Amino acid sequence: MSEHLLEVRDLKQHFPISTGWFQKTPLKAVDGVSFTIDKGETLGLVGESGCGKTTVGRTILHLYKPTAGEVIYNGTQITPANIGKFRRDMQIVFQDPYSSLNPRMTVSDIIGEPLDVHKLYSSKKERDEKIAHLLNLVGLNSDHARRYAHEFSGGQRQRIGIARALAVEPKFIVCDEPVSALDVSIQAQIINTFEDLQKKLGIAYLFIAHDLLVVQHISHRIAVMYLGRIVEIGESSEIIANPMHPYTQSLISAIPIPDPDTARVKKRIPLEGDVPSPLKMPSGCPFRPRCRYATDICAKECPSLKEAAPGHQIACHNPHF
Amino acid sequence: MKEFNTDKLPKKQILSMQIDLSQFEAATDEEKTQHEKMRESTTFFKDGMRRLFKNPLAVISIIVLMILVATIVIVPEIYPYSYSQMIEVNGKRDKTAKNLAPFEYSKNELKAIEQGQEIFPHIFGTDELCRDYFIRVVYGTRVSLIVGLFASLIVLVIGLLYGSIAGYCGGKVDLVMMRIVDIIYSLPDTLMVILLSVVLNQVIGTALQGTFIARIGTNMVSLFAVFGLLYWVSMARLVRGQILSIKNNEYVLAARAIGTKPSRIIAKHILPNCMSVIFISVALQIPSAIFTESFLSFIGLGVQAPMPSLGSLANAARGGMQAYPHKMVFPALFICLIVLSFNLLGDGLRDAFDPKLRR
Repeated sequence: MSEHLLEVRDLKQHFPISTGWFQKTPLKAVDGVSFTIDKGETLGLVGESGCGKTTVGRTILHLYKPTAGEVIYNGTQITPANIGKFRRDMQIVFQDPYSSLNPRMTVSDIIGEPLDVHKLYSSKKERDEKIAHLLNLVGLNSDHARRYAHEFSGGQRQRIGIARALAVEPKFIVCDEPVSALDVSIQAQIINTFEDLQKKLGIAYLFIAHDLLVVQHISHRIAVMYLGRIVEIGESSEIIANPMHPYTQSLISAIPIPDPDTARVKKRIPLEGDVPSPLKMPSGCPFRPRCRYATDICAKECPSLKEAAPGHQIACHNPHF
Repeated sequence: MKEFNTDKLPKKQILSMQIDLSQFEAATDEEKTQHEKMRESTTFFKDGMRRLFKNPLAVISIIVLMILVATIVIVPEIYPYSYSQMIEVNGKRDKTAKNLAPFEYSKNELKAIEQGQEIFPHIFGTDELCRDYFIRVVYGTRVSLIVGLFASLIVLVIGLLYGSIAGYCGGKVDLVMMRIVDIIYSLPDTLMVILLSVVLNQVIGTALQGTFIARIGTNMVSLFAVFGLLYWVSMARLVRGQILSIKNNEYVLAARAIGTKPSRIIAKHILPNCMSVIFISVALQIPSAIFTESFLSFIGLGVQAPMPSLGSLANAARGGMQAYPHKMVFPALFICLIVLSFNLLGDGLRDAFDPKLRR
């Protein structure tokens, strides 16, 4: 299995939430997630708000200590003790370009920090050159280096965040909803930047988003999350064209179609009810209370991911095609 | 750049709203570069200073403090009288120069003036031991300011270290450290200050005998120790609160993802972002330290005689308050000036650097 760049096995992240006096209930933000990412590949991770997408990304980087499960990078298991060695290989781009840049630092200090920390330069001149190169790489002017983050627009700030992540020349970047805080035209620019960088540098992405169109555009494969679990994972085109899990089917049917004639014909599959609280998970399949096809077995057993078609896995007892 | 050929454009209809491109002129290269001029980048600090200097009260208090500092630095160098010596006329101690009013000369001095000698006037008069009162007030101010600054510095250092460790580590470390703070906080501080300075005076006094610190006065040292032991708690709480709120920002998470060490994260990311709040509270801490020092000196636990402090001067003046009210007024006036200036400066700093706190 070591040919994968990154392998995540049964990752769990439970946050203790105090629900009363001396009483703590685990909030199962991520509950047994497994997937692999190959070199230079983009895995899109979609799901509604609060389903644990961001937590998956941060737990992989050990920004949160995982409750259980393994993260294997290039054949080596990452533990809190040896994560320091992997900081150069794995990076993250954050959702909010406004809070992810320190307001008291100039752009050159923000991008230069990873260089400082990992001592990636031998002279001040080399540091400046690297910073200028990184700024050009993400489409910014190298004259911007002396400015502060608040002097930039949202899209420019996001580029600074990307440049910071690229500074250590990582092989893998967690993109934590990098475009959802930006408006549409800027989104396109940033996504193109991501694609260009992948072509140039062969970086693998875990691309977290809730916009299916964006994910479909950039990803090679897509994983759909619901309440801390992956319910469907497969090739991007396959998932979009032929979703098998009822949750994914409903998600896909909600994608707006720019052609009114097609849109009129298309049937929307509405979901009923609300997402259950992660503190009070339903028994069996977490999607059961909202599922149209739910049967008795769904309440008893939680389905695990099973191969439904080549390279296409779903977690459902009654897959509908 | 695409060139527009105005001839090829469709002809403008009379009622059309179409913009007539032939009336536009292409920008020259020089005009284009005019727009590329980059605004000078302003830092948070520059911006805050600009706001500070717009506040008249803050500017006045800065000027007052600068005059005070200049006075306590320069005057002892050039002033003809000493704070601990009786006034001398022709090399003899002048015992008639007791409790003089401002700008009054003693009998011996008047004789000397008649003989053609020039004698520097006693601006604030003299005290009951025939010492010039102005130089004593200046020295008292010096002591009070030094105590205020150093005490605040000690409070800052201890509070900053303690608060940042508690805030950054969080969890059980935070819990234990903050309960210790709560315990110290709940002690009646005036009582503790008095007890501590009495005890420390004896302990430190014997330990420091003969060293150069003894020359500063053991009372002074114990004063600093009292501040160090008691007054850092509110600073530690403040710093911890700031760090807790800044710690969860995504840029701190980003720094952790890069692999930055916690010490560097605190120093580079967290502290610069709460510095303004901390400095403001230091500026407001100084007057309270001066107050405490004056109060301790007033009840006789402050600096050692003959070294004056504003508090001990006021205490000494208490006895003859009805006969010589000026001896009470001058030190009191200086305490007011210092405390008021620092308070106003602190308020100005807060308004300038922490606009969120302003109401």
